[in-house]
Amino acid sequence: MIKLENVNKFFGDLHVLKDVNLEVAEGEKLVIIGPSGSGKSTTVRCMNFLEEPTSGHVYIDGEELTNHNKTKVVRQTTSMVFQQFNLYPHMSVLRNLTLAPMKLHHKSRKEAEELAYHYLDVVGLRDKAHAYPTTLSGGQQQRIAIARALCAETKIILFDEPTSALDPETIQEVLDVMIRLAKENITMVVVTHEMGFARQVADRIVFMADGQIIEEGKPEHFFVSPENERVKQFLGKIIR
Amino acid sequence: MAELFEASAWEKVWTYRDTFLLGLGNTVETALLGLLLAFVLGAVFGLMATSGVKALKAISRIYVEIIQNTPLLLQLCFLYYAIAFAGASLGILYTGVLSLGIYHGAYVAEVIRAGIEAIPKGQFEAARSQGFGYAGTMLYIILPQSIKIILPPMVNQVVNLIKNTSCLYIVGGADLISLTYSFVTGANTGGAYAPAYIVSGVMFFVICFPLSTLASRWEGSLKKRESRVAAAPKTSAEARRGAAV
Repeated sequence: MIKLENVNKFFGDLHVLKDVNLEVAEGEKLVIIGPSGSGKSTTVRCMNFLEEPTSGHVYIDGEELTNHNKTKVVRQTTSMVFQQFNLYPHMSVLRNLTLAPMKLHHKSRKEAEELAYHYLDVVGLRDKAHAYPTTLSGGQQQRIAIARALCAETKIILFDEPTSALDPETIQEVLDVMIRLAKENITMVVVTHEMGFARQVADRIVFMADGQIIEEGKPEHFFVSPENERVKQFLGKIIR
Repeated sequence: MAELFEASAWEKVWTYRDTFLLGLGNTVETALLGLLLAFVLGAVFGLMATSGVKALKAISRIYVEIIQNTPLLLQLCFLYYAIAFAGASLGILYTGVLSLGIYHGAYVAEVIRAGIEAIPKGQFEAARSQGFGYAGTMLYIILPQSIKIILPPMVNQVVNLIKNTSCLYIVGGADLISLTYSFVTGANTGGAYAPAYIVSGVMFFVICFPLSTLASRWEGSLKKRESRVAAAPKTSAEARRGAAV
């Protein structure tokens, strides 16, 4: 479904991704963990070309992403949930959810609104349809952002630290929605520091450090018997 | 200033009222066409400046810097005499439209650039992640948010452009200021300085004052809106980050 092949990324002189190779199968839930600055976010952002790799190839559903086709391919295949939600503040929640379906996926207003209400039910915020994003709590905004991603009905949803900007007490409501989503056949790539979530939903966990994947495996292997010293250290610090 | 209190001076202005109205008409015509050009140039160069394409950014920068750092009068004379020496004639109306349009276009470009750059990067990224192209991103997501930031300084540009029609005097224009000057220095009409300039000033004021009032109203309501948004509940994570900075 997603394939990164020898992906390198430089920001100026900074080598943030070093020859990253990664494949994500259809329906797989992949969780990327690692210390900050390790290239996790850059990796997922390469998957929808928010960052264009300096070298290497990105394939989505067998088609190579290029600067030329990215808008079309991304529109049809991927959605993204951001750390800072990035809802459109000048639109109501309903309009946030119906904009892309109506303008990009050629749905009628009626179809788009039905879709929007359906996914508002999924995230439990139907009653906020006519509210404006800035009047909602962080947790609610992120659940709306997830509903917005779902409205595109793409096979892939990328999550870039979806709970890192949230109050501790609203993190769980967002994670609960994501855990429910994980039961669907959606391909999910999640960058997170939530180890409980990783353990519960991940089919596979990838650990990144210094722009490289240094260990990957199933959660049971990962949390019980990590091989790499960096991973042991990291998990030792983060899991109490 | 003695003629300020002479009925005959005011009578003279009244007798020649058509001169003032003609000047006003010319000023308004020049200003409207000039504005049209300024908006077009401003939109094109403002979008170029925010396109992220280096060459386009550079072209936009050069235009803005040259225009903003030389006097309008110089640009006006240059345009007028350059065209005259080239053997062509634009006529005074189009010379005015062209020079005012190019001059204010540079300022409008900066207003639009600043309006677009004020929108957080996350908005562009959200739009791109949904599969919006450049036009869709601008049309549905960025410009509707920028417009509130752009409007007040844009209206100031409109007011400045209207007032700057007075520069046409230097190349023998037929705008309100030029005709007022011809009137007060004319062989048959001369002398009524104070009444003539007061009438002319009132005409400018009547057009410009409502516009600037509108602009400051907009600015006021924008600030109010901003403070409401800022007062909206922040996550404590955001608050912590804010405190750390």
